[in-house]
Amino acid sequence: MSQPRKVYGLGAEFDSAASLMAAAEKIRDTGFAHWDVHTPFPIHGMDKAMGLGKSKLSAAVFVGGLMGLLTGVLLVTIPSFVLYPIIVHGKPYNWATAPAFFPIIFELTVLFSAFTAVGTMFAMNQLPRLNHPVFNWDRFKRFTDDGFLMVIEARDAKFSESRTKALLEEIGGKNVTLIHD
Amino acid sequence: MSKTSFTLETPKELVRPPLVDHNRSISWVTDKVSDIVESPTPKWWLIALCFTVPVALMGLVCIIYQISNGVGVWGENHPNGWAWDITNFVFWIGIGHAGTLISAVLFLTRQKWRTSINRAAEAMTLFAVVCAGIFPAIHVGRVWYAWFLAPIPNTNAIWPNFRSPLLWDVFAVSTYFSVSVLFWFVGLIPDLATLRDRAKSRFGQIVYGALALGWRGGNRQWRHYEMAYLLLAGLSTPLVLSVHSIVSFDFATSVMPGWHTTIFPPYFVAGAIFGGFAMVLTIMLPASRIFPQLNDMITRSHVDKMAKIILLTGSIVGYAYLMELFVAWYGANKFEGFTFFTARAAFNGKGWYQWAYWIMMFCNVISPQIFWFQKMRTNYIVVFIVCQFVNVGMWFERFTIIVTSLAQDFLPSSWGHYSPSTTEILTFIGTFGIFLTLFLLFMRFLPMIAISEVKGVTPEADPHHHHPKH
Repeated sequence: MSQPRKVYGLGAEFDSAASLMAAAEKIRDTGFAHWDVHTPFPIHGMDKAMGLGKSKLSAAVFVGGLMGLLTGVLLVTIPSFVLYPIIVHGKPYNWATAPAFFPIIFELTVLFSAFTAVGTMFAMNQLPRLNHPVFNWDRFKRFTDDGFLMVIEARDAKFSESRTKALLEEIGGKNVTLIHD
Repeated sequence: MSKTSFTLETPKELVRPPLVDHNRSISWVTDKVSDIVESPTPKWWLIALCFTVPVALMGLVCIIYQISNGVGVWGENHPNGWAWDITNFVFWIGIGHAGTLISAVLFLTRQKWRTSINRAAEAMTLFAVVCAGIFPAIHVGRVWYAWFLAPIPNTNAIWPNFRSPLLWDVFAVSTYFSVSVLFWFVGLIPDLATLRDRAKSRFGQIVYGALALGWRGGNRQWRHYEMAYLLLAGLSTPLVLSVHSIVSFDFATSVMPGWHTTIFPPYFVAGAIFGGFAMVLTIMLPASRIFPQLNDMITRSHVDKMAKIILLTGSIVGYAYLMELFVAWYGANKFEGFTFFTARAAFNGKGWYQWAYWIMMFCNVISPQIFWFQKMRTNYIVVFIVCQFVNVGMWFERFTIIVTSLAQDFLPSSWGHYSPSTTEILTFIGTFGIFLTLFLLFMRFLPMIAISEVKGVTPEADPHHHHPKH
């Protein structure tokens, strides 16, 4: 364990999903930018309460899917028409047989999309990242049980140790704690 | 919708019963599910392993014996090039489909009751696909040439035939397995974080900590996570339909009487879901007896709903059986007529495997009809017995399709009896050992119920619920 150094931010606990959401709306309206709520499960409507839009993940997955589609098309057509045309039972082997390629093209589209979805989600969420300043807060563990937590980062322009602490307490935050880096 | 709900009082009869009984708090959910992993190893678990591990090892020995001696150790021979191997493959892969249906299709259709069973069902999918994959891999004979299936440039400049359903199968099954693993793991991340934060031992902290990838549950993470989960569900849904359709193409694109039919893809998919739900219940019902503390999450209503799905899909399968018979009669093709009305659906003994057809008919079509009665759907013993019939029936369905068509096809001069060899039988039994061993390990070391998802469907999770039970 290294000696606590810089202040990372302030953490606060809330009673319930409802009070956390109300608090998030206030923090959003105050104009904070670098903050997050940590919850045991995704809370419906929290994106709006935090002023966050729709996740851009789907755009990445669309591109991944297109790459899979393209890979599939090239993978089946190049060997079948150029490198190694196979005639089985005297069946046709021209372009009219394209439907026979659809299953593999489809599977590769799904495969690439799925890997893109997971890979991009990890990248966007900065996973895996095994150590993070928030883990230094001893009550942080409660978020995987029944804790509804909020952390405001010190790098936020509006952050001030005393005033932000007062604000968090005013909007219903309990055990407001300074988190060190 | 949410705007009007402020003014309109929901009528009493429309209020949905809570998904978790007895109004449990979310920390209760954490405790009960994690407790299974954290408590000392129970005796029944060790005893169960003492049965399943030797069976699994026996299966592995049979596989090694088959690989080192060749496919000749099985009963397959001309004209029955396929028999138990492909029967077992289709049987296991079909079982896997119920897990994906529960996790993906029921997610997309917002069936919230799925949350308490999807984790175990997805695990079942993975283990069933592992068992399924064994058979096509080893039935090719020289398994060390299996890489020939991969479309890679090689020194012989030979490429696989991309128009062949057997190659489609390779792509479909491997994609299915990969995507199922991803889906399962993504679902596990928040729950692994729960285990990480509760772990007492250093070892547990390291292992669960590494697997949880440093999950912090921030809403900035959840929103991408939820999108990824939704997209994976959206991708898995057509995928699961495609996998069993492609499995059915192995048969449907051939010219064998009894295989060459257009009804196969939907018929196989319905059958897969049917057989898979039976296997989910086969595992879940004993589990709910072993872990009574989970009964507020895995409720009678779950069993009731799954029994309804078995009734529905069983009836679809029954319809498909009858439609096959109708088309065989209406199409007036002599060979197809022979396959259906002599080799399969008759009692006169002229078909060698008529008994298999009638076992299939009884188990898959007649036995689930008892689920029209709610009393039967909520009686665990009745449900368990019917599920065993379905498990048996679905195996016999594949056996009937494969063996009756091959053993007695066009020319009586090329007919041939088939019976399995001991190695073949023991290999199949061995896959049950592998399946159950993997499932026991899963139950012991990973959260069997999706903790964060179950929490998400409790009343406490609703941001408009202002009375937390702390």
